[in-house]
This record gives sequence, C-alpha cells and structure tokens, in this order.
Amino acid sequence: MTESPLVGIVLVSHSGPVATAVVDLASGLAGGKALAPVAAAGGTPDGGLGTSADLIAAAARSVDRGAGVALLVDLGSAVLTVKALLAEDDELPPGSRLVDAPFVEGAVAAVVTASAGADLDAVEAAAREAYAYRKE
Amino acid sequence: MLDAEFFRRWMTATAAAVDREATRLTELDSPIGDADHGSNLRRGFTAVATVLEKEAPGTPGAVLVLAGRQLISTVGGASGPLYGTLLRRTGKELGDAPEVSAEQLAAALRAGVEAVTKLGGAVPGDKTMVDALDPAVAALATSFSAAARAAAAGAEATVPLIARKGRASYLGERSIGHQDPGATSSALLIAALAEAAGEDGAGA
Repeated sequence: MTESPLVGIVLVSHSGPVATAVVDLASGLAGGKALAPVAAAGGTPDGGLGTSADLIAAAARSVDRGAGVALLVDLGSAVLTVKALLAEDDELPPGSRLVDAPFVEGAVAAVVTASAGADLDAVEAAAREAYAYRKE
Repeated sequence: MLDAEFFRRWMTATAAAVDREATRLTELDSPIGDADHGSNLRRGFTAVATVLEKEAPGTPGAVLVLAGRQLISTVGGASGPLYGTLLRRTGKELGDAPEVSAEQLAAALRAGVEAVTKLGGAVPGDKTMVDALDPAVAALATSFSAAARAAAAGAEATVPLIARKGRASYLGERSIGHQDPGATSSALLIAALAEAAGEDGAGA
C-alpha cells in the first residue's frame, strides 16, 4: 500500500434506499482494511424518487481525497444530471468522471479496485469490465 | 435590443405558463412517462422565478445561466438537466453583453439546442423536446411569434411518433398516439418568449 490517496466513488440512483444498499453491498464485499471512500446520492432531498444535483455534488465532495471521483449512475435523469454537472467546471471536484458501468456489479468492481489503491483509470476500467460478466 | 429585464420576463412568463399547464403536462406524462413532468417543471421554474427576483442578474447571459443552474438543482427529473443545459448553454453563448439582438438570441438558442441534443442523444423525430425546439429555432429568424407557432406545431407533430428516448422508449409502438410532454413544455417555453416580446404568437 502506498501513501497516495484513494479514488472516491459516488453511487447515484433514483432511489435513496437503492443507493445506500449498494454502497453497503460494495463496501461489504470489498472488505479489507483500507476501504475507498464511497458515498450514496440517491433520490431527492425529501426522500422521493428522482435525482438531486445537490446530493450528488455533496457526495462527490465528501469522497474526494484528491485522486479523482468515479460516479456510477442508474438511468435517465441520474445519467443526465451527472453529465450536466460535469459540463461545468466548478460543480464537481477536479478529476470527477462518469463511469459507464452496470450499477451494482460496477459498484462492487469499482470499490474493490479503488480500495486496493488503483488510480481512476484502473477503477473505471474495472467497473466498465463488469458489463462483460455473463451470467449463463 | 433585448436586455436582462426581457430575459427575466421570459422566465417569469414560462413559470406562469408551466404553473397554469402543470396538470396537463403531468396528464400527458401519465400514459408514456412517470407522471411527474408538470410537477417537476413547476417546482423548477417557480424556483427560477424566485432566484431571479432575489439576485436580479444584470445581463441576459447571466439571467439564463442562473435559471439553468437552478433548474438542474431543483427539478429532480430528466427535464432538469435538459432544460438546465438548454438555458445555461444559451446564456453562455450570450456572454456578458448588457443587451443582445434577436439574431444573437437565435444563434445562442441554436447552440443551446445543440447542447441538449448532445446531452440526451435525441435527434428530431425521436418524440422529445427537440421536436419542438428545433423548428422553433429555425423560425426564430422570422419572428418570435413564428417560433412559438413552429414549436406548438412541432409538439403536436409528436403524436404519431414512436418514442426513442427516455422512459417512453420502453413502450415502443405503444407510445404512438400520445403527445410528448417534453415537446409540449418546450412549446410553452417558446410561447413565453413571444409573450415576453409582446407578440401574441402562442396560437392554439
């Protein structure tokens, strides 16, 4: 393990409980001593279904250790909101990136990889690779 | 020339139109969407009207950038980043000039629509807001009222289309026969522009 900071992960879902549960699942499966910072940004601030730019920005700031932030999203407005935030220079921490990956499998891969100290490119590659895991 | 006050009037007129039509927008969103378009946009544009009154930005570009940012942070559905990107991109194109011409607005709005197309991946004919905005921008060279009529016609023309973007696209051919809610609210936005210009071009 090096001293370099870990990549942060943000999980964005239309549902607060889904985002939180996937954070728990990915963190639990990653185990290990040095767990990468992971935050949920699910639903709207009042607990409804939807996407909140403010929750996403706050989650990204909370996991930013200076090594970049990988954002995984479920669908629709979650995708569009993260893209719209990334189109601005100052809404998300430097090195923030939308990672095109399946939400659950990609989250597990990203958290495991980031916790091992991998850089943002490697975290993104691991999450994207989860698309290739066939189930039959 | 169009000053910051004109753009604030445009946003206020849009907020009033969205508030007036919120029930209809949500009804259109019920068979092919998740029945939240009217309430989401009403929340967003109400917040836009409030923040514009409070902060009173001094240039056309600043009005639209602030409005766009507000929509992205308050709407909670896909229309937030889409309309937010439309207004923010348009505002950035206008720069910090204290007044802009109708031609400059038309060019800036064209860039805004292109940004929406890039963000959402929709092209004309996909049964989205682009189907109202694209003809509106083309007609803006003629007049604000022509743009409003073109947007309304574009929205109506989405009825026979198959949705190819967003949640409605899951329905495939079952989306035929319904007017797209996003195209409908886009027509309200352009009608409000004509209203702000003092041209009654909204039509039916």
